[in-house]
Amino acid sequence: MASNPFAHVVTKVSGPPSAVDYGADKLLRGVVWGAAAVILLLVAYIVFELGRQAFPAMLEFGPEFIYSTTWDVQAKQFGILPEIWGTLYSSLLALLLGGILGVAIAIFLTQDFLDHRVSNVFRTIVEMLAAIPSVVYGLWGIYVLIPLIRPGANWLHDTLGWFPFFGTSLSGPGMAPAALVLAVMILPTVAAISVDAFKRVPYKVKEAAYGMGTTRWEAILKVMLPSASSGILAALVLGFGRALGETMALAMLIGNSNQISLSLFAPANTLASLLASSFPEAGPIEVQALMYAAIALLAITLLVNIFGLWIMKAATRKFEGK
Amino acid sequence: MNATSEALSSQAAAWSVDPKDRVMDCRLQKIFYGDFLAVRNSIVPIEKNKITGFIGPSGCGKSTVLRSLNRMNDLIPIFRFEGSVTYHGQDIYDKSIDPVLVRRYIGMVFQQPNPFSMSIYDNVAFGLRLNRFKGDMDERVEKALRSAALWTEVKDKLKNSGLSLSGGQQQRLCIARAVATEPDVLLMDEPCSALDPIATRQVEELMLELKENYSVALVTHNMQQATRVADTTAFFSVDISQGGRTGYLVEMGETRQVFEDPQAQLTKEYVSGEFS
Repeated sequence: MASNPFAHVVTKVSGPPSAVDYGADKLLRGVVWGAAAVILLLVAYIVFELGRQAFPAMLEFGPEFIYSTTWDVQAKQFGILPEIWGTLYSSLLALLLGGILGVAIAIFLTQDFLDHRVSNVFRTIVEMLAAIPSVVYGLWGIYVLIPLIRPGANWLHDTLGWFPFFGTSLSGPGMAPAALVLAVMILPTVAAISVDAFKRVPYKVKEAAYGMGTTRWEAILKVMLPSASSGILAALVLGFGRALGETMALAMLIGNSNQISLSLFAPANTLASLLASSFPEAGPIEVQALMYAAIALLAITLLVNIFGLWIMKAATRKFEGK
Repeated sequence: MNATSEALSSQAAAWSVDPKDRVMDCRLQKIFYGDFLAVRNSIVPIEKNKITGFIGPSGCGKSTVLRSLNRMNDLIPIFRFEGSVTYHGQDIYDKSIDPVLVRRYIGMVFQQPNPFSMSIYDNVAFGLRLNRFKGDMDERVEKALRSAALWTEVKDKLKNSGLSLSGGQQQRLCIARAVATEPDVLLMDEPCSALDPIATRQVEELMLELKENYSVALVTHNMQQATRVADTTAFFSVDISQGGRTGYLVEMGETRQVFEDPQAQLTKEYVSGEFS
């Protein structure tokens, strides 16, 4: 306990903090430092353990693992380029759809289109989308979404088949249903964080925009969006990160096919889906290869997050001068 | 008794301005926020190429009246205006009038500096682009920044964010933004309340220059500021007699007359500093 050179000062109520107060202070400091240390150790341990188990595969297959396209357990040939392609392609499509929809919903909820109470109810409904388990999305995709979009997809293929995006027909699982479900899954994340970003824009900024004689559209497009841009970018990065790592629904919907195709209706595969579907029956060598693939997924997610942070910083600097 | 004569009787001396010198004529009967009667019975003409100052104690409705002049209060859903604000012969509260249109002609500078999160240049060019201005943008931006006494400080960093400036510079940037489109009337709602004395002095000098080209209505909490810059002063007070807090115009006249020879007892007490 700290010494108190003022102990002789006569006061009615004021006095030094008690030993218990100092103790609680120390305890709190210990707990928060401990919590922070646990997180760091956990991350370090996961990376270390993944690396240790993947090490034999990394030595054996080298960088070729990243850019070769066969996954043949019998021939002991392992390459994950189709999965990397599928992961990025499905996530980008989901980001495009879910991002536009999510930001549009955030605008709808925050820019006085709705009465305050109605918009709160609406927001809760959007956030409830996040509570639906991944496997339920997968089932919904198989039994509802795929039959629903198949006629339209096949019509697109029949009439515009020369266009690379419609190059194949949709027989069942494939990129389009996977990306659509992913878009719905990241929608609540993007919408909720964008709503917060719009709400953080000070009222005086909105006032300034309308004071210049903007219509609502001009105020939103030219003032509110740039002012909320760093928060919206954060929402998009988080949504993209979620899409990259999403496993269950994709394993059910994407078709788990080792090919690289621009066609939205072709089956494909993602890293997370490959891991989930191959692990249960994998022998020791395949497990090493899968660990290598897991590290690749980790690296992609990390790079995307760093890139996202960099863009957010650039946006903050550009728009807010910080 | 009709509303107009009632309003007149509540003013010690009705301030009448020759219609040809009058750019706006606010004849408000009642302003409500929900059920709350915020301001009643006030006739406030805004004169061409003059600075009209609004003074009065907190809660007297001076800002509310100012913001009614370009329909800024329409952003507040529960706001309701009864009466008329005539601008070039047209009541801006007429149902056929779009508030957006009104604000293109009647610009506003706010109490808190509120630059947009974009570059200094883009802040000033904002209104020009909004109005699809086709001429020399650089020249206009420079002119606006010069008239806001900001040009020399920012001419080498026009690409920097408007938010990187100090508070006083931000407020002058907002003034530059408002005058860039050369609106007809400029409303200023306590533009110096967030500024230090040096920046305040700069903005006051600016106002005196601006009135050559614009008609200015200025809300100020600072009586000295009103005496320094306003040609005409409107004194508002708050009536708590019926249990509410309703603002109204007590007296309006030439600034010197309002401060040196006030007609109403309330004005006399206020300008002599007996309450604020």
